[in-house]
Amino acid sequence: MATYTEYPPKGYRVRMSTYWWLGKWPYLKFTLREISSVFVAWFVIETLLQINALIGGPAAYTEFQDFFRNPLVIALNVISLFFVVFHTFTWFNLAPKAMAVRMGGKRVPNILISGPNYAAWVVVSAVLAWLLLRG
Amino acid sequence: MHKQRSNEPFVWLLFSAGGVVAALFIPIQLFLFGVAFPLGWLNGPSYDTVRGLVHGPIGRLYLLVLCTLPLFHWAHRFRYTLYDGLQIKHLNELVNTFCYGGAIVGTAIAAYLIWQIP
Repeated sequence: MATYTEYPPKGYRVRMSTYWWLGKWPYLKFTLREISSVFVAWFVIETLLQINALIGGPAAYTEFQDFFRNPLVIALNVISLFFVVFHTFTWFNLAPKAMAVRMGGKRVPNILISGPNYAAWVVVSAVLAWLLLRG
Repeated sequence: MHKQRSNEPFVWLLFSAGGVVAALFIPIQLFLFGVAFPLGWLNGPSYDTVRGLVHGPIGRLYLLVLCTLPLFHWAHRFRYTLYDGLQIKHLNELVNTFCYGGAIVGTAIAAYLIWQIP
């Protein structure tokens, strides 16, 4: 008689290596894309620290800018920038696959879906840069 | 048979919204605050400029969206990174608590700090 088990019965299963994603570029790309989220979270932490300094007043805010001048923080931010831009490109290139829009029985070309995303990115970046660079 | 409802669509929605916010808004700000201003390539904004940008309702709402949705994006992706990448499936509950719990705690901290902006 079959007894109840919490997990499905164990058949023969090939144990995959923990490093399965290192062998092929598409797998590595997938994993790098997933890891980009860690750098997204790092940016949020930096932003929260900056808001905290802003609450402390002008002196605290100016003093806090030294944190960003620390060479280790700059190095980390350069790496983070690489990963976040990688996220942006992979995210927009994924959009046509997630939204398969059909018009007149034909699929709308990928570029018509990812294109507006890239245009929005340029506009948003320009507006934010303008706001922050005024003085 | 009664089927248990999954909360997967809801967390996926947060993940997806956070992905859009991160893709659109983070690169330029990370470049300016993290690289260009500290290295002196460009002059950073003064305290008054930054405060002027974020002390109104729109500025606060922007910061709240910028700090919360990307955290849920991180939670979802990082959870699956550990799940698929390192295959630590036996620690599922712990990983979920760490990821989504972290995003919820981060949201609370963000809301508190943004409320305090003078």
